[in-house]
Amino acid sequence: MMQIVTANRLRDGLVVYLSADGGWSDRIGDAVEAADEVAARELMETANRSEIECRIVGPYLVKVENAADGPAPVEHREAVRVSGPTVQTSLNRGAHGGHQRRHV
Amino acid sequence: MYIYDEMDQAIVDQRVKQFRGQVARRLNGELTEEEFRPLRLMNGLYLQLHAYMLRVAVPYGVLSSTQMRKLAHIARRYDKGYGHFTTRQNIQFNWPKLEDTPDILAELSDVQMHAIQTSGNCIRNVTADQYAGVAADEIEDPRIYSEIIRQWSTLHPEFSFLPRKFKFAVTGAPHDRAALRVHDVGLRLYENEAGEIGFEVMVGGGQGRTPMLAKTIRPFLARRDLLSYVEAIMRVYNRFGRRDNKYKARIKILVHEIGAEEFTRLVEEEWEHLRGGELDLPLAEVQRMRRFFRPPGYEDLDDPVTWYELKKAENVNFSRWAAANVAAHKQPGYAIANISLKPIGGVPGDATAEQMDAVADLADRYSVGEIRVTHEQNLVLPHLKKADLFDLWRALEAIDLATPNVGFVTDIIACPGLDYCALATARSIPVAQRLSERFADIERQRDIGPLRIKISGCINACGHHHVGHIGILGLEKRGEESYQVTLGGRADENAAIGKIVGPAFTADGIVDAVETVIDTYLDLREEGEEFIDTLERTGHDPFKERLYGAR
Amino acid sequence: MALVRDGQVVQGAQDEWVRVGDAEPVPDNTPAVVTLARWREERSRLLRREAPLGVQLASGDDVAEIADDVARFGLIALEFPAFTDGRAYSSARLLRERYGFMGELRAVGNVLRDQFAFMHRCGFDAFEVRDADADAWSEALAEVRVWYQPAADRHFTAMRLRHRRVAAE
Repeated sequence: MMQIVTANRLRDGLVVYLSADGGWSDRIGDAVEAADEVAARELMETANRSEIECRIVGPYLVKVENAADGPAPVEHREAVRVSGPTVQTSLNRGAHGGHQRRHV
Repeated sequence: MYIYDEMDQAIVDQRVKQFRGQVARRLNGELTEEEFRPLRLMNGLYLQLHAYMLRVAVPYGVLSSTQMRKLAHIARRYDKGYGHFTTRQNIQFNWPKLEDTPDILAELSDVQMHAIQTSGNCIRNVTADQYAGVAADEIEDPRIYSEIIRQWSTLHPEFSFLPRKFKFAVTGAPHDRAALRVHDVGLRLYENEAGEIGFEVMVGGGQGRTPMLAKTIRPFLARRDLLSYVEAIMRVYNRFGRRDNKYKARIKILVHEIGAEEFTRLVEEEWEHLRGGELDLPLAEVQRMRRFFRPPGYEDLDDPVTWYELKKAENVNFSRWAAANVAAHKQPGYAIANISLKPIGGVPGDATAEQMDAVADLADRYSVGEIRVTHEQNLVLPHLKKADLFDLWRALEAIDLATPNVGFVTDIIACPGLDYCALATARSIPVAQRLSERFADIERQRDIGPLRIKISGCINACGHHHVGHIGILGLEKRGEESYQVTLGGRADENAAIGKIVGPAFTADGIVDAVETVIDTYLDLREEGEEFIDTLERTGHDPFKERLYGAR
Repeated sequence: MALVRDGQVVQGAQDEWVRVGDAEPVPDNTPAVVTLARWREERSRLLRREAPLGVQLASGDDVAEIADDVARFGLIALEFPAFTDGRAYSSARLLRERYGFMGELRAVGNVLRDQFAFMHRCGFDAFEVRDADADAWSEALAEVRVWYQPAADRHFTAMRLRHRRVAAE
């Protein structure tokens, strides 16, 4: 099972994903995937360093499968975290509606 | 309402400054997240599923129009243009940035508001009857004592690191509109046989994993003894509450494990040392506080029945709204107007910044600038002249705040659930929305009558499902959302914890299941019975049979 | 680690108190701090010493156990195993306000800057802290000047002022 690392950006709480260059992107498509437990541990080490550097807070691993448009979380809760609130209000555009690629 | 003096203002100002320093020390790494977390929680700042969440205190649910406008401004400037009113009479903003929160708190302090102790293992917002001061059945205004408790509990040096959170509720009428029996401490003001006014003190209620009703540990407490007594309760809890297991750390567990009698003995023993001392509440101080909550200058109106009755007879929509949303006021010619934040298909308890501003304007025009927040996630304008109700209703219609459903099946209480909350196991809002749409027809709602549906998205029960007539608990079963139904919960003076009716339903099946329950009631009810009455008379078996088939 | 005592940062060497483990001999001529268990077991022997005696309580210890003996201790140390364990705040207040302890009341363990003001109000007058937090001591205390409710410290409170005012009316 592939895994990625997610966290919240410290200063503004934005949901972000660890990307290949060790930075954090708000697009799950940029997330670097770990194919096994060894790789996953290494990703978490990088993430924990980021936390100590006060860039992000609360990193953890998320199981994903590869969908047409990039990694998709297997668990429902993590899927909601990607999409943003599922409820319909005009104000409630999802957390990732129309965002540009941004690095922390 | 209570007006800050220079000391109250200094307390919130120094807190803003202190928090600004703490945020700076967090951002530069001097404070780790583990050290910062309790500090930010004590200022109401959570880290949720998508973002931070800020819970702003609305002390005992009372807001001025100025304060409501400030909340609207914060929603617009620092958030995504809306806020969410909660089951503890507070407001939550779902998208603040950590780096902005010191400024948000500073703006709140400008209008005598704060987010102090809205989270954390400390004493939380004291909630009260939303009709305090105006209810027709009121004996004494619970806001007086709610404010006194609020102050005593704010930055209390001994009780800021309790085993777990701590919630007080206060009422002053025979009808319990604040769910006293599911609070850590519930205080009911009443007049005893000797004609004295005092408190029934209830301790150890709560919901969550282990719902329990509070026990009366002192049937009558004189008002002067209020603070010394609650200090004794808190000290016993702080010393002896469990700290080994987060899920067994509330005071209800302590009361349950040592027994109400032993718990009472410990409290009374501690109290013997405290009573009559520094925490004695002088009558003169109670009088001083009471002045803040004096009724506004009501006009001497001859209950203008004719105009109000005429408009109701004339306009069927107005009459429906009046029937559901208008409550009796103690002053002749006046009424209490409820504003439903449960539009059909909407998110329960949410309000846009525009709606907040509009409510503020309406409060100024019709309600002496005062608004209330209820623990059922609606708003109240407490000082309406009956003669103004029709104009108010028309103004509410224009901003989609005139849903005539207070107390009915579509007046659903729901926590934010998995759409927002990091603790949730299932979504609650979509269930509320679909239920609301299924029962949209107003005449059907009126026929069903009073019915409290409460939905929680996890076992923490922030939606208060344990005390819903129909309670719905969202769980996860093998990766799918799954909804358990409880029946017979009550949050009033006949408080009861609902019982699970049977196996959980799928997300697809839950709305049908609720409809089946309601149809069963309609089939079985006798003349004049409300849902809860029928359920109590017949028991759960007929409902179980209809849901799951005969055994 | 540093010791803050009466608002001053005291260097390690100037702390005259020595903590004695349960298995170690208690020195006769040095101020010594023992655990509550040791006090319970060797009470009479410890009382025969001439040098000052201190006792350290774990957060789960019942402070009432030493209520009648407080005058015998020059120092009482109360542990905060984690800063979230708030039992010592109550123990401190009881020692000061109920049992009349007048010696040094020291907070030890996970004692952090953001809790100084609360601890101080509850009657602590000495704190074993991280060096960085010791430097911030005065600043931390100055962060909260106005308080609502009474505690062990006789600090001016809003409540007292208001009650006095109404009494005077």
